[in-house]
Amino acid sequence: MLEVDRVSHAYGKHAVVRDLSFNLAPGEIACLLGSSGCGKTTMLRLIAGFEQPSAGSIRLNGVTIASEKSQIPAEARRIGMVFQDYALFPHLSTADNIGFGLRGKFPKGRTALALATRRRIDEMLELIGLAEHGARYPHELSGGQQQRVALARALAPQPHLLLLDEPFSNLDVELRERLSLEVRDILKRAGMAAILVTHDQNEAFAVADMVGIMREGCIEQWDTPYNLYHRPATRHVADFIGQGVFLPGEVLSRQIVEVELGRLDCDVPLDCGSSCAECQRDCRLDVLLRPDDVIHDDASNVKAEVIAKAFRGAEFLYTLRLASGAQVLSLVPSHHNHAIGEKIGIRLDVDHVVTFQQEQ
Amino acid sequence: MLALDFAFFTPDVISGYIVKGFIFSLQLTIVAMLGGIVLGTLLALMRLSGKTWLVMPAAAYVNTMRSVPLVMVILWFFLLIPLVIGRPLGAETSALITFTLFEAAYYSEIMRAGIQSVSRGQVAAGYALGMSYRQTMGLVVLPQAFRNMLPVLLTQTIILFQDTSLVYAIGAYDLLKGFEIAGKNFNRPVETYLVAAVLYFIISFSLSMLVRKLQQRIAIVR
Repeated sequence: MLEVDRVSHAYGKHAVVRDLSFNLAPGEIACLLGSSGCGKTTMLRLIAGFEQPSAGSIRLNGVTIASEKSQIPAEARRIGMVFQDYALFPHLSTADNIGFGLRGKFPKGRTALALATRRRIDEMLELIGLAEHGARYPHELSGGQQQRVALARALAPQPHLLLLDEPFSNLDVELRERLSLEVRDILKRAGMAAILVTHDQNEAFAVADMVGIMREGCIEQWDTPYNLYHRPATRHVADFIGQGVFLPGEVLSRQIVEVELGRLDCDVPLDCGSSCAECQRDCRLDVLLRPDDVIHDDASNVKAEVIAKAFRGAEFLYTLRLASGAQVLSLVPSHHNHAIGEKIGIRLDVDHVVTFQQEQ
Repeated sequence: MLALDFAFFTPDVISGYIVKGFIFSLQLTIVAMLGGIVLGTLLALMRLSGKTWLVMPAAAYVNTMRSVPLVMVILWFFLLIPLVIGRPLGAETSALITFTLFEAAYYSEIMRAGIQSVSRGQVAAGYALGMSYRQTMGLVVLPQAFRNMLPVLLTQTIILFQDTSLVYAIGAYDLLKGFEIAGKNFNRPVETYLVAAVLYFIISFSLSMLVRKLQQRIAIVR
């Protein structure tokens, strides 16, 4: 329903979005994830209509809404937006805020209009669980409540698409987790296609069906959260998503690589670069090891020294030094409380072996 | 030794000389305030439109009005308008027009600051909800700008009330003129000017106190 086709945008000479493409299916929730300055918010503003692309086009339900030549104004796109600071109207009550986008949406005489608007407002207040708060003003609501009102206000006029710009960044961590699930639930119940922009991967994974990892104005990988974690396409994605280290490995055959901790079977052919077409022995690769790939096992012959540990409640995140001096991370249930300096047995349990060519 | 005698200030004198002038001063203040705010808001929108052909004339108008002493503007309008329309205009009508046009320049600067005090996110939110420029301005930005600037607008109105006494230059019958005539007729100019000063002070000072109260209330809501 939304097709972003090779869109570029520059502020002056500085290209912020470069040749960016992706598609969104009806009812799908996508997320643009990246650190600040990667162009994710600009991409959102391009879709919303607050910026015009310098190249490429954006189509919504088959209609071109933006290209370098023409541009449908933001107010005519029927694209809702939830802003980072919510931008609730401070001079209007919660109900009036939610009803704001409904002005003139039910053109059937004044009474019918007032009734339909009223009904829709009540429906939205119900949806966000603030049925009793319609008469309150934004400053009388908590941050989480304001956030939900902003969502309801954007959803009320039934837009084709909803954009959310860092919608949880002003909330404390606990509320952020709860609300991100709640927002996903509300969007799914409304069948609303949405694009979320954030720098927080937990948020992205909690809310989105598809996530695009953005870097320097480009999407590096557009995939499901599961694949981003387990099958990162680039070193940067592997680094950015989750934790982990790269351990040097030696290629033994087309699908077997050996690292210090043992041999790993790979379910896709290894690719060690342009230098060898058919991979030979002795080629070297970097193997991504996530903390959950390294298992603590007292029975194992391979020992590693604990050099740092972080308590996470249910688990410890240990930083371990191998015999060679290389370091790996390991997530271990927290009843295994080992002291720094202690040597513990470890083994590998890797479901998806992810390798990258070694950096020169 | 100053011998003051206020005995001649009977209710008859007040209703005969003062009330008429007081009503005109109030009328002038209210007309110039409402007209000035409406016109000033339009000027502010022009200056913020980003379109040169709107920005330039509005800026020229505001800067000119703000650079000329009010009493000169009053005089010039009084002398010029009859030349333009070909017949004399009463001092009172002339004052009403002059003050509206003059105050618009000051109110426009206040409204401009008020509009700029509303964050750009509010405008974007209006557009994202399908509102046009006009609706976004009228329903989102201006109500907030007006509320934020209400204390300043009212302070300007108090100054305007004091400035209305300048119509004395063209002989319009305002509050001060009422006192002046009473003073001449009873040969008590010192007493009448003294009472006039006290009256202007009481009105202006109590209005300023009201504005201060209002300012505190608005600060809480924001």
